[in-house]
Amino acid sequence: MEERIRFRLNGQECEIQVAPDRMLLWVLRTDLGLTGTKYGCGIGICGACTVVVNGEAVRSCQTPVGAIRGKEVLTIEGLSQDGQLHPLQKAFAEHDALQCGYCTPGMIMSAYSLLRKNPHPTREEIIAWMEGNLCRCGAHPRIVRAIEHIAREGKSEGGTP
Amino acid sequence: MRNVNAYLETDFHDHPLQRVIGRRDFLRLSGGGLVVLFTLPRLAGQVQAQGRELPEDPNAYLRIDEDGTVTCFTGKIEMGQGVITSLAQMLAEELDVPLGAVKMVMGDTAFCPWDMGTFGSRTTRFFGPALRQAGATARQALLELASEHFSLPVDDLATADGFVYLRREPSRRIAYGQLVRGKRIERRAKTEVHVKSPSQFKVMGKAVPRTDAILKVTGKAQYSADLRLPGMLYARLLRPPAHGARLVSVNTDRARSFPGAIVVEEGELVAVLHEKPDLAERALQLIEARFETPEPTVDHETIFDHLLKVARPGELVAQGGDLETGQRMASRRFRATYLNDYVAHAPIEPHAAVATVEGHRLTVWASTQTPFPLQEQIAREFGLALEDVRVITPFVGGGFGGKSANRQALEAVRLAKLTGRPVQVAWSREEEFFFDTFRPAAIVTIDAGVATDGRLCYWDYHVYYAGSRGSEHFYDIPHHRTLASGTGWQGGPGSHPFATGPWRAPANNTNTFARESHIDLMAAEIRTDPVEFRLKHLTDPRMRRLLEVAAGRFGWKSAPHPTGRGYGVACGIDSGTYVVTMVEVEVNRGTGEVKVRRALAAQDMGICVNPEGARLQMEGCTMMGLGYALTEHIRFRGGEILDRNFDTYEIARFSWLPEIDTIIVENNSLEPQGGGEPAIITVGGAVANAIFDATGVRLYRLPMTPERLKAALAEQAR
Repeated sequence: MEERIRFRLNGQECEIQVAPDRMLLWVLRTDLGLTGTKYGCGIGICGACTVVVNGEAVRSCQTPVGAIRGKEVLTIEGLSQDGQLHPLQKAFAEHDALQCGYCTPGMIMSAYSLLRKNPHPTREEIIAWMEGNLCRCGAHPRIVRAIEHIAREGKSEGGTP
Repeated sequence: MRNVNAYLETDFHDHPLQRVIGRRDFLRLSGGGLVVLFTLPRLAGQVQAQGRELPEDPNAYLRIDEDGTVTCFTGKIEMGQGVITSLAQMLAEELDVPLGAVKMVMGDTAFCPWDMGTFGSRTTRFFGPALRQAGATARQALLELASEHFSLPVDDLATADGFVYLRREPSRRIAYGQLVRGKRIERRAKTEVHVKSPSQFKVMGKAVPRTDAILKVTGKAQYSADLRLPGMLYARLLRPPAHGARLVSVNTDRARSFPGAIVVEEGELVAVLHEKPDLAERALQLIEARFETPEPTVDHETIFDHLLKVARPGELVAQGGDLETGQRMASRRFRATYLNDYVAHAPIEPHAAVATVEGHRLTVWASTQTPFPLQEQIAREFGLALEDVRVITPFVGGGFGGKSANRQALEAVRLAKLTGRPVQVAWSREEEFFFDTFRPAAIVTIDAGVATDGRLCYWDYHVYYAGSRGSEHFYDIPHHRTLASGTGWQGGPGSHPFATGPWRAPANNTNTFARESHIDLMAAEIRTDPVEFRLKHLTDPRMRRLLEVAAGRFGWKSAPHPTGRGYGVACGIDSGTYVVTMVEVEVNRGTGEVKVRRALAAQDMGICVNPEGARLQMEGCTMMGLGYALTEHIRFRGGEILDRNFDTYEIARFSWLPEIDTIIVENNSLEPQGGGEPAIITVGGAVANAIFDATGVRLYRLPMTPERLKAALAEQAR
């Protein structure tokens, strides 16, 4: 059942012994101890579990770990470099783009993949892209503002670490 | 025996700030640090009848370490509402230390002063004054210590940034940490201590960014399900298909043979535990169980008739004048019934808890709004001494009133005791919907009349099942009566088919929707602009000013509705805060969909501690409010909940985002009032009134779904 699965995680080589049909979310949170990625709905529609795989935002609760073999996985923990916040993280903090904070990692990872594809999205493009991420506290206006700020400044390197 | 419900009931009656006797029971300091034996003026506000109270000893609220770090202890918890920042601001202000020097310890029963729970917009109003007084008292003690140190009278000294300095020679100063170093100092106040007035504020009243933001944007903020203890097992529990269903038979053989799975069976408790949560779930799926489900007798459509049939008689909330006299004066009478469906809390973090047993001591980390009531509940149910139960509250991923029941924590404790290992219970989204304590379905009937002079002459109001909070109107109506059947959220036996509970500004969303719809309806019928009509019946200067400010900012143009523009207004009062919401909507007559183009929330909340935090709450209330206004409702068949995830239970999304404007009118003559809930109460009414203005169609039931609006528009066309 279990297999050796290798992939890159937050810029580091990673090799784990794991059943390939287990979902990436639980492997990240339990086997690898990265709890920044959250469970929200379990059916891929709330976005709390969003991580970036080869530059694409994916729902880790719907992604079998076998499917990321040899790929590059980026989670919220891998976004800051050398203790420096990623511009998106900084923008979220500075714009008060969060309340309870539970959906925040998923929001930031979704926004990250958007800016990678499209460094200067319009407000409409931001809203359309973020539609699949749910926030119950109602931080939406600030989240849009934070992403707009980066889109305007063009500060997102968007590159993989 | 007190239970959590006894505390929560208080949430349905807005308590005015009252002076209550506190009890000194939380002297928890050991070793160094400042200990001030001052007697606080008796304002620590909790409800006296509840027994346990906020302590009056300042040491229960704060500690100053040698390095100058100030630790603030509070039984309140952080669930997004931002009190981790605003409470630190209050303490920093009164103590005269930089905001960054304050470390918050929240919701830990071992260190924090007792607290009945974080709900009802009570943190700032009730805990705030006690905390400020504690800070001011400690600052006075530091001044007196420094007076001995410098051999100068206190009047020659002043404080700033964590130092006491000489007024005439500010370079001569001593740090708080140095004053208290290595000593345990116990002092009694020589003079009466006063908290600062708003004109002296340096930290309070300033917009500061959230102090928890960095933890939250880096994924480092820990929620209950993020805890990892050595040897910890993740539990998944067997659940019934419906409330009221009984387990008839169960076969766990296949689950038991799942590698690594531990199966626990004790009565109706059947659980699978595993070192991996997803594998516990897989093993759970192998259990074969048969439940007996009673025949459903109600569903989401028939519930209102059922509820009215079993309703308790109305209790008088308010009255004035004489209804019959008022009715005789009326030239026109308007009667209507307003309904709202059951609504879920749906925080993005489902309930979670970790429990660990060491000897006779138990530690529980839980996503809860009520750590102290939970501690009592555990002690009671498991026969433990209170001091042997410690509840710790990590960050809570949204609560809105729904994290007060704590079932998941009791499950974790039970399983930890049965297995002898640390156990995590983290609910799935389906469990979260199933066990939610829904906002109750409710009914409001209003009978009101207008005299020939265009003034309201009577108002006969009866709310069923929502609760009485916000039911009392604030308009100038000579003859009126307000009744409430059920003053809280508990419907009584045989009423609701599942649990109900407080939901952000409990009862007030229902009451404000009904009242403001009816006021609007009458204004339209007598061809008067709805803002003008309200102003004509408002004598309270706070509400008058607020409505006028809001109308000006929104660009409200006076005209009888419907105008086709889609403007709507609603006024309300919650937790001492006055709020006005105005919205502009666009209605798609073909689909029945409503898009809120812009929304203005205006608020008078007395002294505003953290304006940025308050605005965040107002925006959040507006967004969350759009959900209960337009789409959120629980469908069910008997005890079976049909909406179990976000695929069919629709909450507000990014595409709904209106242009949101917020105004906080300055009112420093009033102590800080509630901030986390008020701005949600007016959203339903404002949107309903805007839909009417856009289409001429009024909806009397929440949520105003596309299907319901389409049906009403079709009715209008006939």
